[in-house]
Amino acid sequence: MDIEVIRSYIPLYRDALLLTLRIGWQGVLWAFVIGLVCTLIRQLRIPVLRQLVTVYVELFRNTPLLVQLFFMYFALPKIGIRISAEVCGSLGLGLLGGAYMAETFRSGLDNIAPIQEESALSLGMSYLQAFRYVILPQAVTASMPGIVANVIFLLKETSVFSVISLMDLMFTAKDLIGMYAKTIECLTLLVVFYLIMLLPVSLLGSLLERRMRRAEFGN
Amino acid sequence: MADFSPERVGIVTESTGNEVLRIEHLHKEFEGNVILKDLNLTVRKGEVIVVIGPSGCGKSTLLRCVNALEDIQGGQILLDGRPVHSGAKDITLMRQKIGMVFQSYDLFPHKTIIQNVTLAPCKVQKRPRAEAEQEALELLERVGLADRRDDYPRQLSGGQKQRVAIVRALCMHPEILLLDEITAALDPEMVHEVLDVVLSLARSGSTMLIVTHEMAFARAIADRVLFIDEGEIVEESTDPKEFFTKPETPRAQAFLKTFDYE
Repeated sequence: MDIEVIRSYIPLYRDALLLTLRIGWQGVLWAFVIGLVCTLIRQLRIPVLRQLVTVYVELFRNTPLLVQLFFMYFALPKIGIRISAEVCGSLGLGLLGGAYMAETFRSGLDNIAPIQEESALSLGMSYLQAFRYVILPQAVTASMPGIVANVIFLLKETSVFSVISLMDLMFTAKDLIGMYAKTIECLTLLVVFYLIMLLPVSLLGSLLERRMRRAEFGN
Repeated sequence: MADFSPERVGIVTESTGNEVLRIEHLHKEFEGNVILKDLNLTVRKGEVIVVIGPSGCGKSTLLRCVNALEDIQGGQILLDGRPVHSGAKDITLMRQKIGMVFQSYDLFPHKTIIQNVTLAPCKVQKRPRAEAEQEALELLERVGLADRRDDYPRQLSGGQKQRVAIVRALCMHPEILLLDEITAALDPEMVHEVLDVVLSLARSGSTMLIVTHEMAFARAIADRVLFIDEGEIVEESTDPKEFFTKPETPRAQAFLKTFDYE
């Protein structure tokens, strides 16, 4: 392993990391927003939209991100919809993540026994109050492990961005290997940079989970 | 001797001056099954009414209807002369006057004991926290749990949780308390501590509608006993001792016999 080579590559990887993080977090943000909207539609049982949510969730959960990105980047322009690679990346990630988040939020809510709501109602709370003070705090805590897993999963999925020419970590590594054939150096750096990106998220996630559990249930 | 003919049963024609709850011709069905049919009942202030009957006879449903947790298909339920209905605009106000304690206690697991019992007074009735807490503590003291104020429900035993659930309902100053088989999920040794609380409430004049399988308790506490079977009041008695020793109707006799072991 050539340390000099590694050192000279670091700035390239750093730039790639920043780009990956930027698009990745935008995607995660989209995922949260889309997931929440879907959950709201499902909870309020809005007809038609509710069925559309199901179609959306199943469509995006059951096709690879790679195919979704290909579709957005190469097929949509044929019908006149042109989206930049960056927007494609964050939106694609957001749509995939939204489907996962919607399911995670749903399972969090399903976890709460209906009688919790009835208890709250019987005390004279409105549906909104029951949701806000009784259902939501419990559902968020119950969803937390799933949410953290989703975020990590989504940030890892950024590795397919290279197919739409985004200069993310994966793209940079492949590019450098193609040009200089320093395979071991490039791949080692790749692993290290993914860890730099994801370990803090993992640690923060489990810290958050524990904190919430303690705050919510006293253990 | 009281008259228990079907026409008479459940219909109280005496003074309505201090009546709290009036149920008229209540009809409840679910997916085509009739659960309660033409049920009439009047509860006066300070009265303790115990509802007994076989599983699935509709007694829990009756309580849930009174609190509008169930829709009703006919008749009406009046609290202080005003209808209680799940679709009513003032339903949250009506529910504040109707305290309910469930079989499975259902405390809020993410809140401490004191938060559990002051949540609704603070958020629904907008009472100042300090005042609500002080009152809650006095009530917790009465059930012997003031020292557990900062514990979470999971740290309490079933009997303790149920006592907190009773306090939670009392903190709203309800006009009537509905107790839905509140000892059914408890270990036997914890039944007493909960029923003692209910007894002391009865002595201090609380109006209560109680569904229970604890016959000795029913006999001790009831001003009036209702025996419900297949969705209707089969027998009603204002003399619990008489009822539990010599029920009039064959159905009540058969039901009470199931509690004997001779």
